[in-house]
Amino acid sequence: MSHIQDTVKPLLSVRGLTLDIPLASGTLHAVRGIDFDLHKGETLCIVGESGSGKSLTSLAVMGLLEKNIRRSAEQLNFDGIDLIGASKRQMRGLRGDRIAMIFQEPMTSLNPAYTIGDQLVEALRLHRKVSREKARERAIELLEKVGITAAASRLSQYPHQLSGGLRQRVVIAMALMCEPELIIADEPTTALDVTIQAQILSLLVELTKEMDVAMILITHDLGVVARVADKVGVMYAGELVETGPATDVFGKPMHPYTRGLLHCIPQPGKTKRGEKLGTIPGIVPSLIGDVQGCAFRTRCPHVVEACRGDIPERGQPPHEFLCVHADGARAAEGEPA
Amino acid sequence: MSAPVLELKNVAKTYRVKQGLFGKPKPLKAVNDVSLKLERGEVLGLVGESGCGKSTMAKILLGLEAPTEGQVLVDGDAIGGQDRLALAKRIQPIFQDPYSSLNPRKTIADIVSLPLRVHSIGDANSREKAVRETLELVGLPARVLNTYPSQMSGGQRQRVAIARALIMRPEIVICDEPTSALDVSVQSQILNLLNDLREEFGLTYLFISHDLAVVEHLATRVAVMYLGRIVEEANVEELFATPRHPYSRALLNSVLTPDPSQGVPDTQLGAAYPNPIAPPSGCHFHPRCPFAQDHCKISTPRTVPTNSGHVECHLQDPKSPMYRENFSV
Repeated sequence: MSHIQDTVKPLLSVRGLTLDIPLASGTLHAVRGIDFDLHKGETLCIVGESGSGKSLTSLAVMGLLEKNIRRSAEQLNFDGIDLIGASKRQMRGLRGDRIAMIFQEPMTSLNPAYTIGDQLVEALRLHRKVSREKARERAIELLEKVGITAAASRLSQYPHQLSGGLRQRVVIAMALMCEPELIIADEPTTALDVTIQAQILSLLVELTKEMDVAMILITHDLGVVARVADKVGVMYAGELVETGPATDVFGKPMHPYTRGLLHCIPQPGKTKRGEKLGTIPGIVPSLIGDVQGCAFRTRCPHVVEACRGDIPERGQPPHEFLCVHADGARAAEGEPA
Repeated sequence: MSAPVLELKNVAKTYRVKQGLFGKPKPLKAVNDVSLKLERGEVLGLVGESGCGKSTMAKILLGLEAPTEGQVLVDGDAIGGQDRLALAKRIQPIFQDPYSSLNPRKTIADIVSLPLRVHSIGDANSREKAVRETLELVGLPARVLNTYPSQMSGGQRQRVAIARALIMRPEIVICDEPTSALDVSVQSQILNLLNDLREEFGLTYLFISHDLAVVEHLATRVAVMYLGRIVEEANVEELFATPRHPYSRALLNSVLTPDPSQGVPDTQLGAAYPNPIAPPSGCHFHPRCPFAQDHCKISTPRTVPTNSGHVECHLQDPKSPMYRENFSV
């Protein structure tokens, strides 16, 4: 979907990002031409179910795709740098410095054989010419910032000596070592307990606002999206089927899939206890070979013949969606226009 | 009134955990003096953080672990005296991950009919009939009979797991995070199915979950577990309307409803989860409790009855110096 160019140049600009995976049975079109912009200090949440291509999208931005995945885009631009044309060396320079990552399972992003201190110091000294002492000071400062008590003594600890929540805090501190401009967080709280999840999320929100960092947060949890996002992209079968400000997407979800997802989750206070939850029948279609028309039509209650053809972009920026129905079939579901 | 379908009387499970190579093993009270009653048709939601003892409880109920102390009664009979087979007829599990709980080398027909074969019930024909009926019950077409788990989606696999649990027509089903490995759209299908089956067969569920929105939707009673203790138990309505224990409140606050007008909630839970080998003194929850006072550090709270259950907190105990009348956190 295209957006009207804002007056301020976006930090990250993606147009027509396409990811193809050649398989024995044909080409898997994992991501099919997605567009989005991200400005300084903004948080974009990409929400979707497994296999929708949301994690691949984040890896594509980082340049961390498996070798067999073919990446193409009309534009993949980070602060004036063309990431498609960038050399491996250039990408290595960006990663961990101006673009940082936070993954789901903190144990996989921390090296079990090195102390927390070693890893934090290395994260900074890899990109900056600073003394070991200075880097250590910065590490302590950041550990305190992410809410770790007795930070100085933690530096000599190993990852296995920390709880899951503390580890994820260390990973966040590590991501912040070089003062990145963009953080990509892929399901950063999925492996954590609900109480810890709330703590880590509020930490991420606080820090990104305070340091004016842009964030792409990948999640399957609509609750997380609603509470964290400035902008939302709903991904289905490799496409962003609805994008917009969080208040608009949750306040007036236009795409039938977005509404379907919201009906699936029990909402205390809203859903009647024990009542039947909404369902989305069927399964995600295969994206191998030519994919035509709306990929959601096999599961959509409002499918019509036109769904097989080209799907128009609807809505007004910044809230846009892909659907043959001008109102996203809201009227058909008895929703106010 | 008939005996509760499931009753736990002062059940405790203590593991001995070695500390280092030459360290003396120390006791870890995974489940610490838990008493519970479940009436037929009830759904007890068991919530708490990882490491609080939820899964140990499930193992004890399934007879996979013997309690160190106390008794588990099914329909008034202690299960200690029953053999595993007899118990398996009455209590069946559904696990979290349908990718690891189904044998990848067996067909769906084999997997679902296994309980019947173990118990030597019926012949090949009657077993196949039972499998077909049960698959229909959980919404799977008969054509999946000869397929393998790898050919199925996550939601379909969880349906197979449910079919396997139900083919023996158990009274109690232990659901250990049955939907947390599934996608949102599939999760709602499985939750609807579990609810329908409960109504149809009068099943009793112990529903272990970290998702309080799901628990609120499905459960009739809720037990909140912290460091091996049930710190609060109540009807779902009461627990969600007026949580009595500060930890219950923190859990309820952590539920992220899809409401963009609200930010990320402040759970007011300070320190991380304590070490279960060396639990904090007094009330185990005091290091993280926003209401804690000195009294909480030295004195263990008593179990106090509430309208529909009980709670362990000094603020709720009329005999405690910290008592506050009608205090809902």
